[in-house]
Parts: sequence; C-alpha cells; structure tokens
Amino acid sequence: MPDPFRTLSSKTVVLSQANIDTDQIIPARFLTTTSRKGLGTHAFHDWRYEADGTPKPEAVLNRIDPAERRILVAGDNFACGSSREHAPWALLDYGFRAVISTSIADIFTSNALKNGLLPVEVDAETWAQLAAHPDEPVTLDLEAQELRRDAAAPVPFTVEPFARRCLLDGVDTLGWLQSHAPAIAAFEAVREPETAA
Amino acid sequence: MSKPRTLFEKVWDRHVVVPETADAPGVLYIDLHLVHEVTSPQAFAEIESRGLTVRRPDRTFATLDHSTPTLPAGPDGERPYASPEARAQVETLAANCARHGVRLADWDSPDRGVVHVMGPELGLTQPGMTVVCGDSHTATHGAFGALAFGIGTSEVGHVLATQCLLQRKPKTLRVTVEGALQPGVSGKDVALAIIAELGFGGGTGHVIEYAGPAIRSLDMEGRMTVCNMSIEAGARAGMIAPDEVTVAWLKGRRYAPDDIEAAAADWLSLASDPGATFDREVVLDGFAIRPMATWGTTPDAGAPIGAPVPAPRDASDEKALAYMGFTAGRATTDQPVDVVFIGSCTNGRLPDLRAAAEVLRGRKVKPGVRMLVVPGSEAVRRDAEAEGLDRVFTEAGAEWRLPGCSMCIAMNGDFVQPGQLAVSTSNRNFEGRQGKGARTILASPATAAASAVAGVLTDPTTLLKEAVDA
Ligand code: SF4
Repeated sequence: MPDPFRTLSSKTVVLSQANIDTDQIIPARFLTTTSRKGLGTHAFHDWRYEADGTPKPEAVLNRIDPAERRILVAGDNFACGSSREHAPWALLDYGFRAVISTSIADIFTSNALKNGLLPVEVDAETWAQLAAHPDEPVTLDLEAQELRRDAAAPVPFTVEPFARRCLLDGVDTLGWLQSHAPAIAAFEAVREPETAA
Repeated sequence: MSKPRTLFEKVWDRHVVVPETADAPGVLYIDLHLVHEVTSPQAFAEIESRGLTVRRPDRTFATLDHSTPTLPAGPDGERPYASPEARAQVETLAANCARHGVRLADWDSPDRGVVHVMGPELGLTQPGMTVVCGDSHTATHGAFGALAFGIGTSEVGHVLATQCLLQRKPKTLRVTVEGALQPGVSGKDVALAIIAELGFGGGTGHVIEYAGPAIRSLDMEGRMTVCNMSIEAGARAGMIAPDEVTVAWLKGRRYAPDDIEAAAADWLSLASDPGATFDREVVLDGFAIRPMATWGTTPDAGAPIGAPVPAPRDASDEKALAYMGFTAGRATTDQPVDVVFIGSCTNGRLPDLRAAAEVLRGRKVKPGVRMLVVPGSEAVRRDAEAEGLDRVFTEAGAEWRLPGCSMCIAMNGDFVQPGQLAVSTSNRNFEGRQGKGARTILASPATAAASAVAGVLTDPTTLLKEAVDA
C-alpha cells in the first residue's frame, strides 16, 4: 500500500521532450526482476549511462539531488507504451513523488496512482511556465486539487475521485475491491449456475 | 425501444458487477485473465502476503514468452537464458502457477506461445468476453469482439484475488476504413495508417471500434494485427464486431463452445446497433493505403514506403530523425538494413509467415543482413513446419527460432546491436526497444521479407510484381 499523499512542495526536474515512453523510463532488459524495489538506479538508464555503464555527467538525472527535486515535469504524452508498473516503481525508487505533463498515458496513470506517484495534467501554458522555471518550488495540493507557485495564480487539476481518496486516506484498493465479494459471488451465481451449484 | 448501443457498451454492460458512481469506479467482472512471467511475480507475492488465493484459477491461463530464449537447450539440457534473473523469473511463474492451480503453458507444452497469439489459438478468447493481461497489447483479443485491455501489476493482483477490476467507463471512438484494400496491403499497413492518422496519443482514454469494409475484408489474423496496435495510438482497447469469419475461425478450437451455432447467435448480436453513437468518429479510405513503414521513433511516424520523410514538426521529431539517422525530404529506402525481424504478437502468426515466405521463396537474404523468423507460438511453429515454411526461410538464409517475444522487446538475448537498422514486424520503434541504440523501422511481414532480400527498405509489391511478370 502506498504512503498517503496530501501535499508536496518541491523544485522540479524538466524532461521536455514529447512521447517519453515506458521503454525510456525503464528499459525492458531490467524487467527480469521479481521485486518492486531497486529500479531507481535504472530509471532512464539509457539516458544516464554510457554503453559501458559509466554515468553520463551531462545527464540531468545524474546531476541533481533527487531528494531536492521530487517532481518530474515531462513533455506531452508522457509514459506512453507498455503497461509495465516497473515505470512508476522506477520513478518512485529514484525519488519522484509526482509527474506533471500536458497528457499522461492511461495505463501509467492508473499504475502510478496505485503506487503513490501523483500524475498531474495541466494546460500547455502552465506547463511552459513550469518547464521554464525548474528552480521555483511547486506545491501540489491533492486535497484542494491545486497546483501553486509563488509567482502565479493557483492552477486547478483533477484526479479521479476514488484514486484521490485512496491517496489521501491511505485506502487499500484491493481491500476495498474484496469488500465487494458478496456482489461478485452473486454475479457469478447468476451467470454460471452450474459452477455455483 | 431501448437505446442503440455500441459493441463496446454491450460487452461492458454484461460485466458490471457494481455500477460506477461519482465517488467510485465500477466493479467489472473479468472472464479471462492471461498471465506471463514479467508482470506477475509481484502480483502473486502481493496476494500471498495477504493470505489470499487465486479466486478463479479456471479463468486464468499463463504462458512463458518474454524472457524465454528462442534457441534450443544445449546438449546438457540447459536453456540459454540471457541472465540468471531471466531464468529465475520463468521459474517463479512456474512455482506460482503450481501453488495456485493455474494452468501454465510451460516449456514442454505444445500450447506455449506469445500470450496474445496463444489465447485466441486455444479458443480461450471468445466474443463478448472481458480479457485482461499485464501487457499493453492485450487489445489484440478485441479482434474477436472481446473487450480486452492491458493492466498493471497491482491490477493483476486484483484480478487474481477477486476476478474483478475497478474501472471507469472509457470513451468510444469508431475508426471506419472504407473501400477495398489493394493487393499486397496487409493488416499491418492498415494499422500503421490508422495510427499515423490518429497520432501517438490520439486514442488516449478511448476504446476503438474498427469498422468498415476494409476491416471486414481482413482475416482474423489481420484483424488481430490491427487491434494489437490500438495501444500505439494510446487507446485502452480496440474491438471488431464478430461476424461469420470470427465464428468459422473459432470453430473446433479447444476451449471454444461445443455448440458453436448456439454461441454464434449470441456473438453476432454484439455488433453495434444502427444509430449507436460514439464519442468520436474517424474515417479512412482503405483504397488509398499503401505498404507502410515508420521513419521515426514513435509508431505514428509512418508513411508509404518510398515517401520522403516529412519535415520535423517539433524538437521531438528532430530528435527522432537524429536518432534514426534519416533526413527530412528524403526517402528511407536507400539506407542499408542490418537486421530483419519477423515475429511478435503483432505479426507472428501463420498467415504472416506465409506472406514473408511468399516473398522469400526462390530468393536469398542479402549477404550481411541478419534475418530472424520467430513463430508466435508452438502451434504456429508446427503448422509452418508442416507447410515447409521453415525451409523456405532457412534456405533463403534466415534463422528459424523457437516461439517467444524475442526481438520485439529484446529481453531474452535476441537484440539489435547499437546503431544497427532493423526492419521489424513488431509494434514499437521506441529508442532502444529492440536493444540499446537499435534503430527500428516497423513494417509488414511482406515488407520485412522484401527488405531482407534487397538489403534496403523495400515495397513488397514491387518484388511480387516481378514474380508475376517473370
Ligand atoms: S511480442 Fe512484443 S508486444 Fe507482444 S507480448 Fe511479446 S513483448 Fe509484448
């Protein structure tokens, strides 16, 4: 179960290119793990390391202190591609708690929310402002569903209401789904009388 | 009279256990859960840590495909896994399946195959079902009029434990392909043309229904190719209404209903009602579709083979062209091709291999080009070998491998070397998808085979014409 998420204030990291796919976030050759942990070192691996494994000094993700920059500002259509939950696992393990883009892929959004990584979609103008000022702290207030910066008016964003409640209150999604067991059993009994009998 | 409904709505409505509200998503029942080794270990671990079991092992079916070597075991019986982790992942799935009573198409099973090739082949996938898998190309199964979509590992755990998912109803988009397809134009070309039209994120939040005479004219394998790539336009799922072609294809498959006629009456009633409305509609002219190939690093960056690369629209396009080593305004048909890959859940089925073999028969792979042919399943391998397709490939100079995902995702030791240019029948041309630094052109099996012969990206209709003229 993810840690509850209420507000987060942090400077950002900007990766402005569009269509950053999940193969960039965590290349497939690191998917042979059977754990959720430890993928942060491989987050954006091919952007961060030379072929021989030495870190590229110019890569922004090798230059910053992840503890200081918990928010990723990424280009349009972020995290498109595969359904691998390893993508949010890798971003969280690296140190991110939120991603802001003009558009974020469906499956990634669902995966991210289940793991306590907040996906936030904003309009192009707000995005451009954020992308231009990575050193200005941004506050993401999930309760108010508001993005705030010192220099600008608050910008509203929306998160699917149930996922929001899960993050704010630490609701366990699987537990909640299990609480519907009687309805599920009734549904099965109607459709498959022979199995239920 | 009840409101006309779309195919998607009919399937959706049948599976609502608890309707959605403003506060909470609905509970949707899942008929078939397909499982593979990469996205399941953490899900089994999660349910076990809670003391839960698999609710419906009879609705769950697992296979090994992503991390599996495509070269046979050595004389010592050892399979050439890419790493100890890959082996451990495969063994973890086998152990999880054994513990939870889940059927697994293991190494020794004649059923084993890439998950989206195997499911339909066994008749597990049927019209009107909900089908999920921890894999974004699950939309493939929508070719049968099933609602099929990819889920993350947390959700794999949800389905294992409850046979249900929390879901909000997506929007609908109908893509109609009018007219007839020209000879030599395949399902893959249609898919690439549709994605080029919609754009890479153009289907986000939607379930696509593919309709129109050009779609209807495709065989089931071609329809699977089209639905398979729905995710490459960002769509959750792609569906095609079941028809007589669907029923005929399923007849006699192991898990298909014995009384197929009775089932068929229900299946055929799933088609969208006249007057049903979609949130969006897109129409393409099927006759205008030519053999397609991609020039960039997203699947929507496609154009007819031989067309000049378009001028970059933004920095992302510029980066893509720099990565690919292509120049705007110039065709890509003069670039030497290093690798040709035929396989994957997009194009690793029997008709795909036949189309490639037809081009290769009596020809040779150009020296210096490495060509890998990987059947999508053991069944495809058996059928292809019975027809002698394997010999067509090996005599032309290609490698004939064991089934698996192979170079589509390059996790198993089959990969394209840095900088090499590949023509691939798979579904993603992302940077590094087929190996670090690999440059990928997506195309149809016939195009891939023609390119292997010519050593450059080649429109297969030119080679096939030669054969007719000769
Ligand atoms: S063949 Fe490729 S796309 Fe299909 S399931 Fe395997 S890795 Fe995924």
